[in-house]
Amino acid sequence: MEYNALVIHTLDNVAVALRNLIFGEEVRAKGVEGFPVLQEIPASHKIALRDIPSGEEIIKYGETVAVSTRNIKKGEWVHTHNLESKRWKK
Amino acid sequence: MREITGYARKNGKYGVRNHVLVLATVACVNGVINRISREVPEAVCVPHSFGCGRGSVRDTQILFRILASMVHHPNVGAVVLIGLGCERSNTKSLLPFIEKAEKPIEIFNVQDCGSLQTAKKGAEAARRLLAGISGQSRIPLPWDKLLVAMECGGSDAMSGVTANVALGAVSDWLVGKGASIIFGENTEMIGTSHVLARRAKNEEVAKKIVEMIDQAEQRTKDIMGNLASWVISPGNMDGGMSTIAEKSMGCIHKGGATTINQVVDYGEWPTEKGLILQDGPGYDGDSMAGLAASGSQLMFFSTGRGTPAGFPAVPVIKVASNTRIYQTMIDDIDINAGSLIEGRSLEELREEMIDQMIRVINGEKTKAETNEMDVFTIMTVNPPF
Repeated sequence: MEYNALVIHTLDNVAVALRNLIFGEEVRAKGVEGFPVLQEIPASHKIALRDIPSGEEIIKYGETVAVSTRNIKKGEWVHTHNLESKRWKK
Repeated sequence: MREITGYARKNGKYGVRNHVLVLATVACVNGVINRISREVPEAVCVPHSFGCGRGSVRDTQILFRILASMVHHPNVGAVVLIGLGCERSNTKSLLPFIEKAEKPIEIFNVQDCGSLQTAKKGAEAARRLLAGISGQSRIPLPWDKLLVAMECGGSDAMSGVTANVALGAVSDWLVGKGASIIFGENTEMIGTSHVLARRAKNEEVAKKIVEMIDQAEQRTKDIMGNLASWVISPGNMDGGMSTIAEKSMGCIHKGGATTINQVVDYGEWPTEKGLILQDGPGYDGDSMAGLAASGSQLMFFSTGRGTPAGFPAVPVIKVASNTRIYQTMIDDIDINAGSLIEGRSLEELREEMIDQMIRVINGEKTKAETNEMDVFTIMTVNPPF
């Protein structure tokens, strides 16, 4: 099977798109049961691996890299529109 | 067979190369170095922009430390030192720092006989030293005598996903073999204090890690003011990185996940084994000089946008984060970690990198070595005056 996404750490709640994914395309990553993306995901951007409620930590590399600012659904694009830095506000 | 070989040095270190280094003590003599380079292409000739004109204690400390470390470097078998005479780091001032190097060193100063005569004498010395060390042969190199540097530069969004993850896997493997790993680039640790401090071997190391990253963050704010948040740039964000912590996590991945045993200053020699952090800058050239000066015999260098940069006397193995740049810069890049995107397993890629590393340690040239893409530039704190 050809993978189109990568889960870097087992604790992560986001996967990384390995190429541009189109609406509805199935996420295929090692150790993950396939599920569709809910919108277009640009290459190397993040996809929610499960529902992430507002205020929850975004985990990548097994570590907190941001906090969600909205409820994020499994399969949604995770980026600056629905998270914020715990450190430097952009 | 996964045996590695090197050149035993009198101080107990091992080199993976046996170079004659022709080093300038100041920019004024660069023309002489270039002449010697044309005469004796086998020598590693290092012109540079430093050696005078900066007054601060810190700049002077760094200058002497880096120049002396190039002389001491285990990959260097003999040295021709070319000075001017009146510069800050003149050969007389440098002498106390290099006299214990226990290797042949020949010294010439342009103010003693002019540039052409110095070039002539320097070239003759380089040839003589090359002949002198050519008889030295490789012997088995114990893994615990190996220090490998991990560097990333010209990064793209995939650097932290493919190439640095692969570097991290190699780092962990090397530490498992008893070798040591060093990486720096403190600006690219901002936002990861808690992660790195947690991995420190004790409280003291943890404290140093936090201090180093706090200082890097403060310095960034002092220098960049309101633009500090642009340390993560629009380009980074377009590439899928949302926060400085996320960017930094991709960077620090290159050192792997083992215990951090020491934090060393820029260009300082580690006294501990295993994973070492260096308090050095993010700028590639300056960073490589600090890592080499700490005694690393070999570097891995991940890149996404692509850079040809190598370092004098130290083999640099280039790792592309994506297949496009690997193919575009095939003459410059040794390994394609973009293959992970095409479905290759991390284990398979790691094995390829280890095999390649072992061949390089044992003498095979990296592309940066073959192309002679050496860059030598050192960290400075204050402007010249």
